[in-house]
Amino acid sequence: MFNYTLRRLIFTVPVLLFISFIIFLLLDLAPNDPTGNLPMTIPPEVREKIRVSLGLGEPIHIRYLLWCKQFFINEPLNILEQVTGWTIGDGERLRVRSWSTRSPVVDLIVERLPQTLWVVGLSYVVGILIAVPIGVLSAYRQYSWFDQIGTFISMIGFSVPTFFTGVLMIVVFSVGLGWFPSIYDTTHEVTNWESFIYQLRQMAMPVFVLALYTAAQISRFMRASMLDNLNQDYVRTARAKGLTEKTVVLVHVLRNSLIPVVTVIALGVPQVFGGAIITEQVFKVNGLGQLLITGIQGADIPLVQTLTFIFAVLIVLFNLVADILYGLLDPRVRYE
Amino acid sequence: MKLTSGLLGAAALAASTGTAALAERGSDGHLNILYWQAVSIMNPFLSGGTKDVHAASMVIEPLARYDDGGQLIPWLVTEIPTVENGGISADLMSITWKITPGLKWSDESDFTADDVAFTAGYCMNPDGGCQQLTKFSDVDSVEALDPLTVKVNFSKPKPFPYGPFVGMESPVIQKAQFENCVGANAPNCTAENFAPHGTGPFRVADFKANDVVSFEANPHYRDAAKPGFATVTFKGGGDAAAAARAVLETGEFDYAWNLQIDPVILAQMEAAGRGKVAAAFSNSVERLMVNLTNPSPDLADARSTLEGGPHPFLTDPAVRRALSVAIDRGTLAEVGYGFAGQPTCNVVTAPDYNMSTANDECLVQDVAKANQILDEAGWSRGADGVRSKDGVRLSILFQTSTNAVRQDTQALIKAWWEEIGVETELKNVDAAVFFGGDQSSPDTYQKFYADIEMYTNLFPGTDAETYMTNWTCGEIPNPSNNWLGFNMPRYCNPNYDALVTKLASTSGTETRGEIVKQLNDMLMQEGAMIPLINRGTTIGHANSLEGIRLNAWDSHLWNIADWTRAK
Repeated sequence: MFNYTLRRLIFTVPVLLFISFIIFLLLDLAPNDPTGNLPMTIPPEVREKIRVSLGLGEPIHIRYLLWCKQFFINEPLNILEQVTGWTIGDGERLRVRSWSTRSPVVDLIVERLPQTLWVVGLSYVVGILIAVPIGVLSAYRQYSWFDQIGTFISMIGFSVPTFFTGVLMIVVFSVGLGWFPSIYDTTHEVTNWESFIYQLRQMAMPVFVLALYTAAQISRFMRASMLDNLNQDYVRTARAKGLTEKTVVLVHVLRNSLIPVVTVIALGVPQVFGGAIITEQVFKVNGLGQLLITGIQGADIPLVQTLTFIFAVLIVLFNLVADILYGLLDPRVRYE
Repeated sequence: MKLTSGLLGAAALAASTGTAALAERGSDGHLNILYWQAVSIMNPFLSGGTKDVHAASMVIEPLARYDDGGQLIPWLVTEIPTVENGGISADLMSITWKITPGLKWSDESDFTADDVAFTAGYCMNPDGGCQQLTKFSDVDSVEALDPLTVKVNFSKPKPFPYGPFVGMESPVIQKAQFENCVGANAPNCTAENFAPHGTGPFRVADFKANDVVSFEANPHYRDAAKPGFATVTFKGGGDAAAAARAVLETGEFDYAWNLQIDPVILAQMEAAGRGKVAAAFSNSVERLMVNLTNPSPDLADARSTLEGGPHPFLTDPAVRRALSVAIDRGTLAEVGYGFAGQPTCNVVTAPDYNMSTANDECLVQDVAKANQILDEAGWSRGADGVRSKDGVRLSILFQTSTNAVRQDTQALIKAWWEEIGVETELKNVDAAVFFGGDQSSPDTYQKFYADIEMYTNLFPGTDAETYMTNWTCGEIPNPSNNWLGFNMPRYCNPNYDALVTKLASTSGTETRGEIVKQLNDMLMQEGAMIPLINRGTTIGHANSLEGIRLNAWDSHLWNIADWTRAK
């Protein structure tokens, strides 16, 4: 198992390097321009100077290697310095800087992480907590009214896009009823009971919208997996032994059914860090998803490059985690 | 009833006579501003984006700026220098500003002429990538004569010397703070760029890039009674519709910028009664650029260049006039812009001394007349209803950027043009590509590989000289200048160029205005472009917010120090 993990980890290095190069090429080839969003009153000569000052005058391979150096060497060193308080070298090194804010991209990401983790992360947890019981019950009482309603709701969750449900919620609960704020306040700090309640209120709508989507997906997986297991011979054996129905379903069937679901959940975790581009935009949560979309709109290549690459790293890592989890949970699966 | 009205009267009297005496800095609490494009940086020299410039204008200020009537007013100086008062030298080679005594930066140090001179050096540094460099064009040097006097020397006579340190794009930054941030170091000064010291009514308390800025009242602001608000939250993100909703429907925010959404929806939101919508007009004219050169793909590299030869039919004045007369600008304004749009027949629409009345024929749509013009010019309808002459069909490729309002406008214009026998093919290109200036893309507005294209342009401030220079022969985009330049119609007229040169050596607002009018009329009458709509900027504000004087010439937040909350 350890050897397997190590082998996989070593193999991810060339994969990730390749991915970073492809992302860089794609961004470079895309017809986009960091000065494209500036007012028209700024003349072309000045635009050209701006492009040169951003480093766009250099050939592509130089720019790629520079980014690699900044991202793989300078940024980790900086993090190390901040964490340990050591000083390595003269402490003056080029960092990956966003073109629109001129500040280090890593600092921007660190600033955005809390709201993304709170809102998108919490919605993922809530979604799973809703999905598992629904999946279990739907499978146990297949084709009952509960199963039919569950299926219907998850179809809605699957097929209605978040930019629709999000705006619908705002119109109903913010404009109509005035229960929740339509704009997320990222400067809000939880210090006492009232501010905690406010935090809950401002998180309620985005969390619900995202949780609906997550729950829809996972409850279908849970239901299918439960159905597979309920018809297995070991379930009949357990019942024949005289175990209570509760023990049969919640201990024997549920545990076995969770194996594939857990891997699905693990594979979905990178999406949490990726933020929810549309939902964050609708509720003005301004997390990582919104950072990415403003970067794309403004042709802020260092920002987009760094963010997409971090997402790629997370996806590769959580794929590995899912594989390992599968091995740990299911004794029948062994990697050698 | 009587008592209430008496009290109201007394309150109104108090408000009109003694606001300054009664008001106290910060007495109106908190203000929420929403810009749907989030602020990236507080240094307008490193980002020319409107939202960044507006946010920065709350903190850092220019020496002089434009008020809501387009008049130049002294801001950090005692008076506007003119030739008459000796502030501008008789040879027009320099301008001398006298700084108001006693001004303080938000860190309590003195505001001096050194700071002003430093700002010029900061922006003019060749390695800095300064985005407001045009403000300093023809500036030779800026010297601090004494702590309160600063002199700008130009390299040639400058009849309109109000470029440097005038308006929101050219504020003064503090030398002590930015001393180590010059040239290539400029982008590395994150802390300075996010929270510059300023002379304005507010200072930055917390800055979250591309998200939200928190401001607090500047304790060293020159007027002890201002600003009215103690703190300001400047939130960004979302879209225009959501911003309008937050001000007009839910009331979460007090002020929202640039609400360019469907006018019908905007009117419905306003009907909720929580806030109002206002528009300001300057020179943002949505116009059709007419390609006077041949865009035919057969010409390969000579496409849409003077070398490629004249356009097969758009060089015929009758065709251009018919195209213009067939358009119902009133409907376009109503459908696309609501009260943020006014029909116009000129490319220079303001201030009054610049505005021509010679082209108003086009204000009224007249399809019959357009048909008659084409008939008389010998363009006759074929079997398919499309007019042609000598084997040339009136078939137009009409391009613009992707934007719901622009696509509606395109569709309407297409319908009207079909009525007069002109075949129209529509095309839209993503704004980032269309305006992006990528050399390798065939779809940029500079390459103009189409017959007609539509977009908006404007000039900052009130002086049109630089703007009018856009249509001189030397400004035509072509392969040898990497398709740079703003002369999209490829208009080239020696008389026009001569008049522009004359403008560059004439001083006096009214006299210059007369020349601008003549230039405008030449462009209109020779068909370089077909103006459609004068576009205002729409904002929404809460009913309780008072003191807003919406300014199309400068930052919308130019007088935020005077904003108050109705009690």
